[in-house]
Amino acid sequence: MQRSTADFKRRAEAALQNVSLQQAMAKAKGGFVDKRRLAVNRLPEFEQIRAEAKSIKEHTLAHLDYYLDQFERKVLESGGQVHWARTAEEACSAVLAIIGQSGKQVLKGKSMVSEEIGLNAAMERAGHTVVETDLGEYIIQLAHEPPSHIIAPAVHKTRDQITELFHAEHEKYGLTGLVTETEDIVNEARQVLRSKFLSSDVGITGANFLIAETGSTVIVTNEGNGDLTQILPRKHIVTASIEKVVPSLDDMTVLLRLLGRSATGQEMSSYTTLSTGPKRTDDQDGPEEFHVVIVDNGRSEMLGNEFHDMLRCIRCGACLNHCPVYGAIGGHAYGWVYPGPMGSVLTPLMIGLENARDLPNACTLNGRCGEVCPMSIPLPDMLRTLRFKEHERKLSDARARWALKAWGLLARRPGLYQAVTGVMSTVLGRIGRRAGRFRALPLASGWTQVRDLPAPQGATFQRLWKGRR
Amino acid sequence: MTCLVDLFRPSVGFAAVKLLEQTGCIVAVPRGQTCCGQPAYNNGDQQTTADIARQVIAAFESFDYVVAASGSCIGMIKEHYPRVLKGDAEWFDRAQQLAGRCFELTAFLVDVMEWQDVESSFTAAVTYHDSCSGLRELGIKQQPRALLSKVSGLALKEMEDSEVCCGFGGTFCIKYPKISERMVSDKTAHIVAAEADCILGGDMGCLLNIAGRLKREDSRIKVYHVAEVLAAMTDQPAIGDGKS
Repeated sequence: MQRSTADFKRRAEAALQNVSLQQAMAKAKGGFVDKRRLAVNRLPEFEQIRAEAKSIKEHTLAHLDYYLDQFERKVLESGGQVHWARTAEEACSAVLAIIGQSGKQVLKGKSMVSEEIGLNAAMERAGHTVVETDLGEYIIQLAHEPPSHIIAPAVHKTRDQITELFHAEHEKYGLTGLVTETEDIVNEARQVLRSKFLSSDVGITGANFLIAETGSTVIVTNEGNGDLTQILPRKHIVTASIEKVVPSLDDMTVLLRLLGRSATGQEMSSYTTLSTGPKRTDDQDGPEEFHVVIVDNGRSEMLGNEFHDMLRCIRCGACLNHCPVYGAIGGHAYGWVYPGPMGSVLTPLMIGLENARDLPNACTLNGRCGEVCPMSIPLPDMLRTLRFKEHERKLSDARARWALKAWGLLARRPGLYQAVTGVMSTVLGRIGRRAGRFRALPLASGWTQVRDLPAPQGATFQRLWKGRR
Repeated sequence: MTCLVDLFRPSVGFAAVKLLEQTGCIVAVPRGQTCCGQPAYNNGDQQTTADIARQVIAAFESFDYVVAASGSCIGMIKEHYPRVLKGDAEWFDRAQQLAGRCFELTAFLVDVMEWQDVESSFTAAVTYHDSCSGLRELGIKQQPRALLSKVSGLALKEMEDSEVCCGFGGTFCIKYPKISERMVSDKTAHIVAAEADCILGGDMGCLLNIAGRLKREDSRIKVYHVAEVLAAMTDQPAIGDGKS
């Protein structure tokens, strides 16, 4: 996918000015947060399941080669094929080779890995027509936009915008009315997509889990379009990353209990669908070919390093939903596939810290993401670790580094520090005494452009304390 | 003594001292301190952080308890110093020993001293902002509320999203002022909606940010540190208010 991570500040500020984006985000925020809270409160053993889920993932990651091998063996036994891809390019090539000749109509279920590897663009370049079937993905495909949330790709759009979009894009199908209610919007999309389901050659889905003991791929959806995508076309291709594998169906059920609750506050999503191999002779339907493309794309380098725990992520989106920065600016400002806290950790690791310098810093370290993460990933600590790396590699802003250095020298010399702060508080305190605050102050425009600076009371505590004793 | 209290609002420090003395503690304020090191730590400078951590540990380790009127600074000493110094066996040990004796002021009063004899009156409808570090690193939520419930005349009106960050975040608020602006104006909107005359909190960083924004919005809502109200020291102008 195209990236514009270097442009974070400008994009964030534009997002803050975007009225419809702000309306859509305000509406989404409360829903996700309240629903998750209720769902978690209804499950007294949530913390216990959380601990169990963490140990399942830790075990799997410690034996990742073993379980991936087992998964491959089981896929082959069930008549499917496995394709290994080290990079995004290898993954796209593998998919294109499976699709074959140009000019095919390809259905897609929601897959963040396919966004990560830029699959749609690669398929279009190869002459194929791509149809996204997840409602959110379908909407943003029509709008020519990337997803702004990992589970709700069109969360940045208001219903009015979708009404207009459908009106403009569906006219060619003879659908000329204005659909304004959610139900009518869904029905109209369904009507358009139905003909495509029956006329496509290939269906591509992602996977929430790969089950090593059975060779099954699992998708979790609410619309059922993902199911049609993987059942109706002749070829089913699954794109999944290496850390999606879990040992057994039992392990999957533990993770499933966390996934729905953390993502949308559902005990379970409407559909949880397992695909195991191609259609068998006595099956009523299913694809003739079943392919799994397993993508590394930098993940194996995270194994064992300080970002290892990030590989536990099950892509529920709870960290996005609870992040006040994400809530303020939406997903597009982050500039690549993965936004919010999980994206601010993953993106620099995948595309290079030098290309995403703002992401680890655009965070107040308030800790809410780590608190709600069902996999107990220490997201704030990882963001801080990325800041350590930026500092070591001198990637941070030079002026900020000098200011920090000067402050550091002072902070390590208590006598000098107290002399300097003594003067500052006296001067600022005297100038600001009447008003109590400053509207503007030299060298403090970052603060004063959006809020006043309360004036110091006049003398430092240390000076007053010395006087008192 | 946190650096922001020292520089901006010594009255919070004196309020903390008064409260500690009311519970029977003997209070000392070491001269060899400046700041806990969070600006360096959260901007990626581990070396400076480690130096400051050693300085703080040396200044404080001879005391029975270390108390500060800030969840953020205590969280830094308690949770993060041992991590910063983990490569240095001697100092790691000293950091861990100190960590067990560090407390945020309201948590110390309630959990350690089991003190309830608040002698203060403050006639106002008050709302409380839960600062992130205190809340999530130290579990501070009930302690300030328990103490405030003993203040005569005070009515607590909880606001929506009291646990959501105010947008201060240390240097975040000056690096990303526009994002911070949105977060702090969400906070001030909730304060206004709670129909409070006064907003209290336990961390100067958040309070300077919130007070600064309320002033920019020409609001008349007062901002005090919780310690000032508990110690009956609200006679001086509120944060951001001038001398009238």
